[in-house]
Amino acid sequence: MTESTPLSLPEIGVEQIALLERLSNAVAVSGDESEVRAIVLDAVKPLADECSVDALGNVLVTKRAQVENPLRVMLAAHMDEIGFMLVQDDDNGLYQFQVVGGIDTRQLPGKPVWVGRKHIPGVIGAKPIHLQEAGESGRTIPLDALRIDVGPGNGGKVKPGDRATFATSFQQIGPSLIGKALDDRLGVATLIELLKHAPGNVELLLAFTVQEEVGLRGARVAGYAFNPDLAIAVDSTPAMDMPMWDGSENNRYNTRLDAGPAIYIADSSTLADPRLVRHLAGTGDRFGIPYQFRQPGGGGTDAGAIHTRRAGIPSVSVSVPGRYAHTAVLVTRFNDWKNTLQLLHAAIQTMTPALLSELR
Amino acid sequence: MKELIKKMVEVVGPSGFEGAIRDVIRTEIASHVDDIQVDAMGNLVARKGQKSPGGIRIMLAAHMDEIGVLATHVEENGFVRFTTVGGVRPHTLLGGRVIFVNGTRGVIGGERLESPGSLHSFEQMFIDVGATSRETCPVKVGDFAGFDRPFADYGDRLTSKAMDDRVGVAVLVEILRTMESSPNEVYFVFSTQEEVGLRGATTAAYAVDPDLGISVDVTGTGDTPKGSRMEVSLGKGPAIKVRDGGMISDPRVVQWMVRSAEASGLPYQLEVLEGGTTDARAMQLTRAGVPAGCVSIPCRYIHSPSEMVDIHDVQNAVKLLVALISQPVSLG
Repeated sequence: MTESTPLSLPEIGVEQIALLERLSNAVAVSGDESEVRAIVLDAVKPLADECSVDALGNVLVTKRAQVENPLRVMLAAHMDEIGFMLVQDDDNGLYQFQVVGGIDTRQLPGKPVWVGRKHIPGVIGAKPIHLQEAGESGRTIPLDALRIDVGPGNGGKVKPGDRATFATSFQQIGPSLIGKALDDRLGVATLIELLKHAPGNVELLLAFTVQEEVGLRGARVAGYAFNPDLAIAVDSTPAMDMPMWDGSENNRYNTRLDAGPAIYIADSSTLADPRLVRHLAGTGDRFGIPYQFRQPGGGGTDAGAIHTRRAGIPSVSVSVPGRYAHTAVLVTRFNDWKNTLQLLHAAIQTMTPALLSELR
Repeated sequence: MKELIKKMVEVVGPSGFEGAIRDVIRTEIASHVDDIQVDAMGNLVARKGQKSPGGIRIMLAAHMDEIGVLATHVEENGFVRFTTVGGVRPHTLLGGRVIFVNGTRGVIGGERLESPGSLHSFEQMFIDVGATSRETCPVKVGDFAGFDRPFADYGDRLTSKAMDDRVGVAVLVEILRTMESSPNEVYFVFSTQEEVGLRGATTAAYAVDPDLGISVDVTGTGDTPKGSRMEVSLGKGPAIKVRDGGMISDPRVVQWMVRSAEASGLPYQLEVLEGGTTDARAMQLTRAGVPAGCVSIPCRYIHSPSEMVDIHDVQNAVKLLVALISQPVSLG
């Protein structure tokens, strides 16, 4: 049964898209999230009751409730993105590099990149097909054989230890939002919007986390610090929903575009708290907000690090689906983001302590 | 104890869905404990006794959850694709049966393989619950199941699914029934989500904050034809863990257990397990660190639907643990 929405739910407009664009174009590879952190701090400081940056670089925001003894609800979204780190200077603007986070190195040759905090442009070079031996194009080029080339003139502006990421500028094309690092800048932007429209029935604890892509490290300490009653990780998850090449039924799609926010039941890091799964799905049914269940399987989110902190924290994850995750570009849908924001907002507004009185 | 073990192993309780087995345990132990709680992760945490002079706080842990499978997709014609919960191996599945938490039963089938002798991967298998369409299938994406295999009594040897670790659960229940008094405050933790990474014990150990931690779980054996290289056999007594793949027992705890077994005239074996670990690891690493060890029940065919234990090992484990926790603990 769908009831007409008595709730006022936040919308995504020009202002929200502009914020997402700034976040997507910022460079914040795990371990150096400062560029995104600055955008987040600008946005949250005027709205927060408390705001701090912890020892690992997480931004921790508290928005107090307008009721006595509220549920303390933590939301986590990670500021960091996958990318590269320069590890050795080979002179003339050529640098050896390593990957940071989960990247398929087969996709790297020929990709433009931005290096360092100043976004120095570079490119990951590849041997042209003209010069290859027979059969060479069928083989994977190992990471050791790849270089980031920033040109001799820029050699002094970057150095080993600098991070780099794909040089992909954000675009809105038709129904799609396309860019790099939408995993998890979509989550970051969602948390900022939730803070702007903070429901007064809960104490909202927002963690903009670091180092998720290298092992959920920021969320681990953020979960310990907040010690909330429950937690929701807001992230991005792959959609592999294209038809199978041989016409067979696609039974491993993970999620589908345009099917709404993906609620997690199980991944490698977490068996989601069934009470929270039911609450999220029930909220979607009640208010006519589309949602889907992510296919149980591998992967992990900040919920994995949060739910086992201290004496245990009921946790779940909700992701915006996107195609081509952990490549130079993620293709997501405006509507899936809007519905993610609205599902979370509606679910938080309708939370009461009774949610956790039933045993897990 | 056979009846108790049968009762424990036959309940469906894959990791994350331990509610049914928790209710059964709670009924068994409620009258024997001083306090009983269920925490945020679903662990059942029962306390017996209070710290008196010379006493310490001991945490005993046995996990309620079992390995299983989890639906990932229902095909148009009603077949259920699945992924695994915990350390399930593909060769144990084909032709086996499962029972979902919602009561639905099914048989595991496989796609036709190009080479008949090869092993099906999980992606090449499916569960047939008798449905003919996605719409009429009683299983939905995200539904959990355990293996469907009854308890069998072979005399001294017992076999069933989920001996890992319901036999440990039965040991803890039996300790509560037989233990008379203790100077120690003993927490009996029936933990969740062990098979997916000791998650329940991690949070329970933090909350209990024990002075000493002991897990009771199964361990492998080396006593089958051309089997693993392992110095543990069925029927030669409970195994005192020296180390496993995730924990080195506190040597003082090992010696304390050995001294107690010898003083009580109980058979025991020393266990060195090359892979795997138990809730003892989570207890050892909680907060500022805790002395920890493990009393293992030797078990054949672990993580198959027919795990086998020897009833004497189970009974002697109860006796050893009662002897250990009923006295002031001196780790020397």
